[in-house]
Amino acid sequence: MFEFLTTKFEDLFYKIRNKGKLSPADLDNAIREIKLALLEADVNFKVVKEFLENIKQKAIGANVLESLTPYQQVVKIVNEEMVSMLGNAGSEITFSPKIPTIFMLVGLQGTGKTTSTIKLANFIKNKYQRKVSVIAADIYRPAAVIQLEDLAKKYGFDVYMEKNSDPVKITINGIESLRKNSNDVVIIDTAGRLQIDKEMMNEIKNIKSKVLPHQILLVLDAMTGQEAVNIASEFNQILEFDGIILTKLDSDTRGGAALSINHVIKKPIKFISIGEKIEEFDLFHPDRIASRILGMGDVLTLIEKAEKVIDEKKAKELEQKIYKNELNFNDFIDQMKSIKKIGSLDKILSMLPVKNSSMILKNAKIDDSQIERIEAMINSMTIEERVKPHIINGGRKKRIAAGSGTSVGDVNRLLKQFSLSQQALKQYSRFGKGLKMPF
Amino acid sequence: MQRLLKNLSLIWNKFKKSNDSFWDEVEEQLILNDVGASTANDIISDVREHSFKENINDIELIKDFLKEKIVKILDSSSSSVSSIVKFSNEIPTVWMIVGVNGVGKTSTIAKIANLYKNQNKSILLTAADTYRAAAFEQIDHYAKLLNIEIVHHQRHSDPGAVVYDSIEKAIAKRIELVLIDTAGRMHTSYNLMEELKKIKKVIYKKINREADEILMVIDSTTGQNAKIQTSAFNEALNLSGIILTKTDGTSKGGILLTIKNELNIPIKFITNGEKINNIDFFNPSKFTEMLFT
Repeated sequence: MFEFLTTKFEDLFYKIRNKGKLSPADLDNAIREIKLALLEADVNFKVVKEFLENIKQKAIGANVLESLTPYQQVVKIVNEEMVSMLGNAGSEITFSPKIPTIFMLVGLQGTGKTTSTIKLANFIKNKYQRKVSVIAADIYRPAAVIQLEDLAKKYGFDVYMEKNSDPVKITINGIESLRKNSNDVVIIDTAGRLQIDKEMMNEIKNIKSKVLPHQILLVLDAMTGQEAVNIASEFNQILEFDGIILTKLDSDTRGGAALSINHVIKKPIKFISIGEKIEEFDLFHPDRIASRILGMGDVLTLIEKAEKVIDEKKAKELEQKIYKNELNFNDFIDQMKSIKKIGSLDKILSMLPVKNSSMILKNAKIDDSQIERIEAMINSMTIEERVKPHIINGGRKKRIAAGSGTSVGDVNRLLKQFSLSQQALKQYSRFGKGLKMPF
Repeated sequence: MQRLLKNLSLIWNKFKKSNDSFWDEVEEQLILNDVGASTANDIISDVREHSFKENINDIELIKDFLKEKIVKILDSSSSSVSSIVKFSNEIPTVWMIVGVNGVGKTSTIAKIANLYKNQNKSILLTAADTYRAAAFEQIDHYAKLLNIEIVHHQRHSDPGAVVYDSIEKAIAKRIELVLIDTAGRMHTSYNLMEELKKIKKVIYKKINREADEILMVIDSTTGQNAKIQTSAFNEALNLSGIILTKTDGTSKGGILLTIKNELNIPIKFITNGEKINNIDFFNPSKFTEMLFT
């Protein structure tokens, strides 16, 4: 996410970094580049103006031009300003003392409300161990109810729905019924609506006044353009929502709306949705995103995710094995599984401070399906072969290739890769202790 | 772009002479409508130079230049690309609809189907979104509503196979127009973009020519990312046109100017509401006129 801004800033600061001292013209140049970068990222024009004015003032105040480390200074100022504009971190969820705590998701058509409903349910269930159910109140879009029902079933949530009813009734009855079933949390999925559609906005206002949700969340597509601020502020005027779920932040979505909205309407971004998988949903961390924008990468998130899935003891064992040169295919597959738990490869790479990560992936043609092939090949090996790869001869290679639907060439490549990484890891383990993630 | 219309008119009135702050405000209004900084600059410097050369200070005349310039960008009639949708002489004509998630692909297909059904064409829908929950139920709803044929497979099955079967069926039953609904996908997902290329190949194999239209759906609410999306889809599929959706909202899709200007992909349809007949052929003058009312 925000990769575009990151790249622009990287280029810009690379130029400045090599110059040592900054001239007034350099600073103007930098500010113009920042302006273009922010506009390309869909940050609202008015917010951009304000942002640039603040940067300029602070740069002058901090005597950036006199500084011997102007690059660091400008980065620091931009970073601080950005963090302050992005607002506070998505705070932990608070629950109502009386059950159920009611969440209501609202927004334009196609922003991802239904998907977010299930992702939020899953997030609350896993993080807070609460019983969560959902209400299907979108009776307008064909198959919206089936979509929610389908997802709810798949991930084990109860869903309340009614046929031939209206959203207000469905919601009231739903909450009553789910309260009786001792649900801690109820999430209402509502129909997409335009903020200028009076009838539909009245309907949602009506639902609000009848069920008094504890949290109304506006679901906003991160790809939204300049209108994001107006859409959010009109929804806010009518509904007074509590926060925002920013969706579709995968890949190169720049999501400049995140920078504008908090600043203009003073409502926090609480959650972000960063992919199609159910667990690709998280609390919003402005500081992490701001450092990402500046090319420092979202290493914090990566570490946090890695810690969740990597078993400390296993890592120690692995370290020993590498040291003794006993690494085998079982370890290989274990490691692959942990990496897969962290996320897809492009997502992991996108969190690292590398330039043009998406291009690298594309050029290297590394993708998750390739990992699946490798897994298939290892799974087609016998237990003995996995522990002692050197016994794999021509006949065995043929069998492995046939069993995994690959070719002998693929198996050869895997074996070669494996022996190379064995060597590399051995070297690596000689240098540094405390090896955590070998690949 | 309603705001642009109103605001530009206000600006015209506010500044009787075309001075710097006038142009600044024009730039601001274009950018606020998602036109994009570089396209906005191109347009302005062009119009500005023109009015300077001709020594024109009359706001109304400058306004006309600006309109002309925008229509020229959007208009495909004089360029190498065409904004007219293509029907094949051989049955069936095959159109493939693509785009990122949530832009309105399925609703748009229903609207196109309705449009041509009213012209007495026989139509077949292909449910090639085998990924999203209830995607089939949604398109099936429209098939029933319009009483037209639909081909689908089980959820999570290979979309290429659905496309194959649907064209086979269209050939056998002499159905004139096949509309293929694909799953929404991020343009950066390598695997999913490869899947689209595969569908394109399947079509080619079945009809011995490329799909007659490969149309990319863009939500008018989308900002600058639409440009990157379009260029990625175009690189993968060689798009034949664009459909702009949701123009009944407050965003009017100014990003189209940048897309047309930089990628030269013609805009073919525009949708403007939730009713099945809320679809029109794209008309550059009408679109531009709307900006200046």
